[in-house]
Amino acid sequence: MSAQATSGRAKGRKARAETPWWERRAADIDRLIARYPKSRSALMGLLWMAQEERGWVSPEDMEFIGQRLGVSRAYVESTCSFYSLYHRKPAGRYTITVCGNIMCGLSGGEALTRHLEQRLGVKVGETTPDGLFTLLVTGECVAACDGAPALQINEEYFHKVTPERADQIVQALRNGANLVELSERIGLTAPGAVWEAGERA
Amino acid sequence: MKYEKVLTKGIGEVDLTRIENYEAQGGYQALRKALTGMTPADVHAEVKKANLRGRGGAGFPAGVKWGFLPEDGRPRYLCCNADESEPGTFNNRMLIEYNPHLLIEGILLAAYAVRAARSFIYIRGEFRKGYRVLMDAIEQARAKGYVGDRILGTDYSQEIVVHRGAGAYICGEETGLLSSLEGGRGEPRNKPPFPAVAGLYGMPTVINNVETLCNVPFIISRGADWFLSIGTEKSPGTKLFSVSGAVNRPGNYELPLGITLRELIDVAGGMRPGSKLKAVQPGGASSPVLLPEHLDIPLDFDSVQQAGSILGTAGVMVFDQNVCMVRTALYYADFFSHESCGQCTPCREGTAWTARLLRKIERGEGTREDIEILKSLRTTMSGTTICLLSDFSITYLQSVLKHFADEFEAHIQGHACLAERPREVRSA
Repeated sequence: MSAQATSGRAKGRKARAETPWWERRAADIDRLIARYPKSRSALMGLLWMAQEERGWVSPEDMEFIGQRLGVSRAYVESTCSFYSLYHRKPAGRYTITVCGNIMCGLSGGEALTRHLEQRLGVKVGETTPDGLFTLLVTGECVAACDGAPALQINEEYFHKVTPERADQIVQALRNGANLVELSERIGLTAPGAVWEAGERA
Repeated sequence: MKYEKVLTKGIGEVDLTRIENYEAQGGYQALRKALTGMTPADVHAEVKKANLRGRGGAGFPAGVKWGFLPEDGRPRYLCCNADESEPGTFNNRMLIEYNPHLLIEGILLAAYAVRAARSFIYIRGEFRKGYRVLMDAIEQARAKGYVGDRILGTDYSQEIVVHRGAGAYICGEETGLLSSLEGGRGEPRNKPPFPAVAGLYGMPTVINNVETLCNVPFIISRGADWFLSIGTEKSPGTKLFSVSGAVNRPGNYELPLGITLRELIDVAGGMRPGSKLKAVQPGGASSPVLLPEHLDIPLDFDSVQQAGSILGTAGVMVFDQNVCMVRTALYYADFFSHESCGQCTPCREGTAWTARLLRKIERGEGTREDIEILKSLRTTMSGTTICLLSDFSITYLQSVLKHFADEFEAHIQGHACLAERPREVRSA
């Protein structure tokens, strides 16, 4: 009860101090809606925008999106809840999602998940106390089977992740590394072996 | 024999995300050719003649699909299905990230042929990099006059809207994709009406896979006869085979349709040291197993079907003696249970119970009756739902129940696993 009241007050202060994202990004929102023949198609894009800005999609965000698109908040929430990449409660700054489908699973993905649980001190579905990492396992194949076992951090790829490599990635992010650069630098493998096929066969 | 690379030409050698590099190897010449000397009907006729079969899994001819649009004056839409999420499949992702202009050119040509008012790329949420690459490539193309109003000074205008999904396998099903693109839950719709008649916003709509559309520029620039000279008579062209599992070099290999499974495994570096081929899935989660005796079947749409499986997405998963087939079935059961949208009872309940029974069997707690129930799903989960997810969720399971009955039996009898190095059984 008291914790709730505190966080409510904190939120109130924050709201007064800061302009909501939908005001700051009004031009982006207009541009997004204008891309579609019907405005409701912008709903998923607005949910993504909310998540970019806040780290998750809050009830206020859904309220705003519903009003902006002329649909109920319940409709927005129903849509949002259908998709696994939207967070409907606060998540860590980095969501680490280990691929739990067959090829990653058979290539060490399950051991990788257990290693990350130990390393981060959380179970799958939980967030580290410092708010930095949320650990998830997805049942959906992330389309990186040639780089198995693979994981994604906020939808950026890391291929062939050994436990040592996982430690390296976590440490780099703790030290403030840029996620996209990190993925490009150490996360990706070459695009399959397409050119070798031509030479060989 | 050396095979010519078509869709993958330049990948790994030059940075094709830069438009000048794409143009330097002939890029956007097909668009120029079409807009300056061919009518939309000409482009459509060439693709139809080429018998370009859909690369998304069904193998349905794209030219025929385009012909289903009614001539009734309503606006038409083109959707590129870039929701690649079929287990074992990663070729669309490579085309998007490493050759985005080829896809853009293919979309521009297809939209011209079907006279689409606007084009959409539905890209899965996990492909954040692909989204960035496409958005950047579209702006490069716009700056050169290939996208937007009055393309190359002609009367043809086209916008391409990239729409990010957010994690739902079912949005790869074409009507689920449309529901999602309209800003709702990605729930499939009953067919008929088919998207060609009542698709996006109720308008005539064509939905094609990434790789399908990437073939169109070559069919236009080099002609249908050239295309028909590659591959087999009924499955012309090349295919990007995504090979993963117990081979030395997993990856995407662009090869003519109709090469044999043996050749493909050979091209992918052969079996890993110590690995013996046990089974192969030639095209994603729902493709029934092929066995070592199938090594010489040609990998084209019809031959694979004759062998009892499907080419599907050509996501070729190679399993060796260390893989427990009961466990493979459980991976898919968990997957389909999670990805069922929940609209239809046979699918929502059936996929969940399939996973529960398989988990029980895998742990060594199953009974013969459980196996009989799994076998009976063929009648209760097929043909009883809005879309095919339910049907597809059990096809692989049925094939392993048949071909690897001994493994199921061993799990039931002695809590044992016949795989040579089974993973620890009780972690789930």
